[in-house]
Amino acid sequence: MNASDLGAWFDYTVNGFVIGNIYALLAVGLALIYGVSNLVNFAHGSVYVVGAYIGWAAITYLGTPLPLTILCVVVACALVGIGIERLGLRPLHGSSRIAPLLSTIGIGLVLDQVVQLVFSPDPRAVPMQVPEWRIQLGGGTIGALDLLIAAIGLIAAGVLYFFLRFTKLGWAVRATAQDSDAAQQMGVDVNRVNMVVFAIASALSGISGLLVGMYYNQINPAMSFEATLKGIVSLIIGGLGNVPGAIGGSLILGLTESYGIALFGTSYRNLFAFVLLIVMLLFRPNGLFERGRRLPPEPLTGTFIARARPLHVPRWVMAAVIVFAALLPLTGNSYLLQVGANSALYAMLALSLTLVAGTVGQISLGHAALLAIGGYASGLLALDGGWPVAVAIPAAGLITAALGTALVFPAFRLTGHYVSIATLGIGEIVALVILNWTGLTHGAVGLGGIPPLEVLGVDLGSVEGTYWLSLAVLVLLALLQVRLLNSHLGRSWRAIRDDSVAARSYGVSGDRYKALAFAYGGFAAGISGAITAHVYSYINHETFNAPISILALTMVILGGLGNVTGAVLGATLLIALPEAFRMLAEYRILIYGLVLLLLIRFRPQGVMGTV
Amino acid sequence: MTALLEVRGLNKRFGGVTAVVEAGFDLREGELLSIIGPNGAGKTTLFNLISGLDRPDSGSVRFLGEDVTGAAPERLAGLGLARTFQHGRVFGNLSVLDNVLVGAHTRLRAVRPVTPLIGPLLEFALAAIRPRAVRAEEAALREEAKQILARFGERLTPRLDHPAFSLSYANRRRTEIARALALRPKLLMLDEPTAGMNQTETAEMQEIIHDLKRSGLTILLIEHKLEMVMRLSDRVIVMDNGSRIAEGLPQDVRNDPAVIEAYLGHREAGAAQPSGAEAA
Repeated sequence: MNASDLGAWFDYTVNGFVIGNIYALLAVGLALIYGVSNLVNFAHGSVYVVGAYIGWAAITYLGTPLPLTILCVVVACALVGIGIERLGLRPLHGSSRIAPLLSTIGIGLVLDQVVQLVFSPDPRAVPMQVPEWRIQLGGGTIGALDLLIAAIGLIAAGVLYFFLRFTKLGWAVRATAQDSDAAQQMGVDVNRVNMVVFAIASALSGISGLLVGMYYNQINPAMSFEATLKGIVSLIIGGLGNVPGAIGGSLILGLTESYGIALFGTSYRNLFAFVLLIVMLLFRPNGLFERGRRLPPEPLTGTFIARARPLHVPRWVMAAVIVFAALLPLTGNSYLLQVGANSALYAMLALSLTLVAGTVGQISLGHAALLAIGGYASGLLALDGGWPVAVAIPAAGLITAALGTALVFPAFRLTGHYVSIATLGIGEIVALVILNWTGLTHGAVGLGGIPPLEVLGVDLGSVEGTYWLSLAVLVLLALLQVRLLNSHLGRSWRAIRDDSVAARSYGVSGDRYKALAFAYGGFAAGISGAITAHVYSYINHETFNAPISILALTMVILGGLGNVTGAVLGATLLIALPEAFRMLAEYRILIYGLVLLLLIRFRPQGVMGTV
Repeated sequence: MTALLEVRGLNKRFGGVTAVVEAGFDLREGELLSIIGPNGAGKTTLFNLISGLDRPDSGSVRFLGEDVTGAAPERLAGLGLARTFQHGRVFGNLSVLDNVLVGAHTRLRAVRPVTPLIGPLLEFALAAIRPRAVRAEEAALREEAKQILARFGERLTPRLDHPAFSLSYANRRRTEIARALALRPKLLMLDEPTAGMNQTETAEMQEIIHDLKRSGLTILLIEHKLEMVMRLSDRVIVMDNGSRIAEGLPQDVRNDPAVIEAYLGHREAGAAQPSGAEAA
């Protein structure tokens, strides 16, 4: 190895530490929050974006010097953190453990959208407030910003250590983390502790956003999702709720990514992060720094199934609705039909998710990946394989069923939050494999020229054709799902959700029935993705992205988890209603976020009731 | 005659805490064996080790002559072992009847073919298509489940369609036992079936267990209410701190000084009944 190689490796190492430090500022906050409130805060990355934009605004409009910029970010983000605790966590005390997690997802959506509406979705450059000099070291260099980031990381860790170890409030935080009920009994104001922890964590997250903005010289509202994920990966590597572990985990992740980029290129960077996540969840769910594979004592189980009786819809009403929907093309309103077809395609995804998340209780946050698999499978079979579309679509459903089940199978032993994090990671891995497996998927170019819908020579590419086909498939899938739910299979699924231990003691194997649920769910979602691909005629790795997973979850909760009618209703409402108020188009995702938040808080059983 | 259940030298530690030490006993067919002991004596852990919810560190369990040490709970259920849980684990969102029908899961033949590999796919197809055999099986099991529930008199029959979360604590325990009976167990393990029940309810439950025993069912019972244990049991094992401190006929155990010492704390209370004893 010659000197310039060594220099490059030195630079990659420095880069890895810098990125690791930035992740650490995120992960420490996540660990603190998890410690006191058993919550994985999915709004964390959104606070990071808020921090980046507050910093940008302060420098741009007020011309603040660096210390003052940091102060602005700290104060603003701490306030946002307090708001998250007050709105997303405190009112949900006593509901299922997954409820606050879903609520932070909603808050994250809302924050992202507010930032986007205020500052526009375009990227901004954060003015560099650090001198541009670099020190030559060996063959590589270290810049002033690298040193600043390292210094801020160290100072934050030091201050945090001092706070937790030597201040009265820090003791209260640690006591709450050990046992919040006992702490409360001993006079600790747990709400205040949570509030302080959210403020600290959010301030750190905000600083992290500012530093990233300076480091890459660019910020945009969409970077929140990745920040949340990276923070969570670091957290899992270090062990949930383990603050020093989170720092270690962040540095490991930063270095892994940096070396990974050196060896394989930038597009693989996130793949490393998510593969690391899944490996950790499967083999060391307690983190690298703790012994044993036993999961922490269960605060995490408890599905988000509100105890309510579902609304009963008489058969004739259902039949009338189906007939009405089938006759809709007679109106000749092609815009209406387009919205209808879109609703039906989303409803298939919602059917899939309501089965997996509602009936079997596995809250999946990566469901859009099933659409992607279905879309690519059908598109590739038709394009590169030359299969007729009418054969490619059902085949894609079967492929998605098999592949989706196989991908999630290793995660079946996980429960509660871990399932959600694992499915999120698997979903991202699918998107990244699609991006990088150029030989099969055409990579970043995407799939173009996918043939239009066509069955036995009948062209269904028209708006009416698409609508009728989507509606017919939806009705068939919904009827099949109802039939399954009313059989012993449905009973077994619900038994696993309600108490997997008791279910196993009566011979109901968790693996087998979760696999069957994911297989059916994969089939329904795969068909939806396949039809979508033929309708769009072009898809790429970003067509079925993570926000679609969250949207599907909102639909399913809106309808009532596990409820087939509810899933269809939820999808139709969330797709059709924003269309009805077209002037609100740019507020659409904001509305989704608010709907999710309000539902979790006020009507967790949804419109139609959980089953 | 070999024993239905043979437990030999079971040990289990949790971190530094020894939960079960060298537990061993035989259970013959038709016998009712009670395990008693103060809270934290290791009774429920022993149940978990036998029923496959926890793996022993050492020792062996044989059920129906087969080695089932550390076997998965699904397999034990398939062999005919049914258990109830200390704190009552019903399926909260399922109706009472559905809870009992889940209990019959291992007995389903028509809808749950045992074909290897494609078994799950067949099960899926059968659930969707529902041929006559599947419908007949479901109908027969429903009838049977109702009969099992009728054992509890008017307690559960008016509530067949109620979700289990809406039941009283005592009714949840009854539902659990009904669910266990639906498995048609060869061995029934009851973990404090009368916890939280008042005297009348306890007497009813005692009557039901007595009937089950008379019908020839083999029963392993954890119970705190000594009067009930004395009346029902063929044999009693007394545990304390994970170890067996006495074993024998009810009347012998009752007068064993070591038992009185461990269980009641002081000799003077030997004749008293700790009627209010609650779950550990």
